[in-house]
Amino acid sequence: MTANNDIAIRLTGLTKTYGSGSTAVQALRGVDMTIRRGEVVGLVGPSGSGKSTLLKCLGAVIEPTSGHIELGGEAIFDDQAGGWQIDDLRSLRRDRIGFIFQAPYLIPFLDVTDNVALLPMLAGKPNAAARERARELIEALDVGHRVGVRVSLLSGGEQQRVAIARSLVNHPPVILADEPTAPLDSTRALAVVRILNDMALRYGAAIIVVTHDEKIIPTFKRIYHIRDGRTEEEAGAGREIA
Amino acid sequence: MINLASRDIGHHLGRFIFTGIGLGLLIGVTLTMAGVFRGMVADGRAVIAASGADLWVVQKDTLGPWAEPSSIRDDLYRSLASLPGVAEAANVAYLTMQVQVKGKDVRVMLAGIEPGGLGEPGQVIAGRPLLRGHYEAVADEKAGLAVGDTVRIRRHDYSVVGLARRATSSSGDPMIYIPLKDAQEVQFLKDNDSLVAERARTAANPALNRPGVPGLLDAVLASQTASRNVNAVLLRVAPGFPPDEVKAEIGRWKHLTAWTRHDMEEILVAKLIATSAKQIGMFLVILAVVSAAIVAFIIYTMTLNKQREIAVLKLIGAQDRGIAAMILQQALALGLIGFVVGQISATLWAPFFPKHVLLAPSDAARGFVITMVVCALASILAIRAALRVDPADAIGG
Repeated sequence: MTANNDIAIRLTGLTKTYGSGSTAVQALRGVDMTIRRGEVVGLVGPSGSGKSTLLKCLGAVIEPTSGHIELGGEAIFDDQAGGWQIDDLRSLRRDRIGFIFQAPYLIPFLDVTDNVALLPMLAGKPNAAARERARELIEALDVGHRVGVRVSLLSGGEQQRVAIARSLVNHPPVILADEPTAPLDSTRALAVVRILNDMALRYGAAIIVVTHDEKIIPTFKRIYHIRDGRTEEEAGAGREIA
Repeated sequence: MINLASRDIGHHLGRFIFTGIGLGLLIGVTLTMAGVFRGMVADGRAVIAASGADLWVVQKDTLGPWAEPSSIRDDLYRSLASLPGVAEAANVAYLTMQVQVKGKDVRVMLAGIEPGGLGEPGQVIAGRPLLRGHYEAVADEKAGLAVGDTVRIRRHDYSVVGLARRATSSSGDPMIYIPLKDAQEVQFLKDNDSLVAERARTAANPALNRPGVPGLLDAVLASQTASRNVNAVLLRVAPGFPPDEVKAEIGRWKHLTAWTRHDMEEILVAKLIATSAKQIGMFLVILAVVSAAIVAFIIYTMTLNKQREIAVLKLIGAQDRGIAAMILQQALALGLIGFVVGQISATLWAPFFPKHVLLAPSDAARGFVITMVVCALASILAIRAALRVDPADAIGG
């Protein structure tokens, strides 16, 4: 049995229906999921299976229709208790959820350091402290030599590493990665997964990686398959990355 | 906290500055239009002030001598000079005409004055004022004449003996001052052919050419060719005497209308250049609307180009007010660049305008405030678009 304080995310009976009546589309049909701190799990499924909807519900971007979401042991959504349990969802996203996107989506008019430091600054941290924390992560992700460089001058792999640093900067217990390796070749894709594993272990974050990238699926120790809005858990191969 | 607006501007500095320059040229045109109006008022006031008169006496119930035709007898000034409180009186005649200056047609306002009397130009910057009774001229520097030049006005050549500054009519035409008698001749005398024809017509009229009344025809002809009218009499009031009292006295006893200096300024602004002012006002409104539309379009386009970044910012926790502030600051920065460019360009090109362009500091201050308000309003559309961006757009699917 897993200790409660070790659990980063717990979803129970999560559903999401778009529209109503005859045009209603049930994107999620009762998703259950539990992920521990320091764990990287894959969320795999074909297009239209509900991956993005699940990610948006987890990211507090859209409201689930029913079910229960717990983050670090605290209920953040409960349909029985009236829906969202937290008033300021932007602060929730800023402080407790990290996002990594298919493309890095860095802010092009900020340099490497400020792209990462922006989040703690938005949270009200002093600029110097935010930049110090950002530089630590940038160093940890091997892009320290690019500090102060405009992000448009970085390679695709470097940009993705900066995006990973940004997702970690506020010490979130949960990181949602939406196809983070899609634009990368297999070497770079595996490098990104290795970084995610390292970061999960180092910072104790639970990372959910949405993907249908065959190159990286065998690296997960746990995989959730999503089909027609329902998830099935299976043990992954957990292959070591050289 | 990082200033996102300044970073974004820095990222697209070239494009932003070029846009600001384009907007600035438009603002420069707007400021120049306001300057043209101010110049018209200032020129009119300068001529009024330079004349040294406290009262303008004109034909009864007219706004003359500039706003309406006014014709009064030139001997009236004697009786006006004898009124209590009047220190000095002088006849003046004004007419707008075209003269040839170095082979070019120049539109001028001719002012007939009594040398040494009221109505003289305020600032003679070269040569001397009029001293002789005939065939001398003092011209505004914008007429293109120099001291020693000769200018032909109707039948006679006039020697330019002096140059004046800021002696232009409210329409911007440079003034040429000549002796009153000459101006009366120019204004009221006809050309030789007309005179011959008029004499023949009078001689053929049996009522005016009676065989039994010798000398009648000669007397009639003499009265027809004599010019005894002027447009106005200028009065200077004795110190300590209120001009309004003299004005009331003239209105009551002399069957004439008198206007004070304040009245003349009112006539100038409210009547003479009122239509021009409305025309310029319309231009200013249109230019303000066009400027607002340009700023709105530019800021809106810039915001649309940043939709993905805005979605990401919202997703990672940026507040709406921070995003709105970024857009508002960019619009204001654009307005600031535009205003500075506009003010500089208006200052640079104003001297090349044929009319006096007066760029008043108060207009610049007003223009700055209006530019900022217009830019702030123009950013509303872009802010609305940014606030409608869904953070979910940052996540695929």
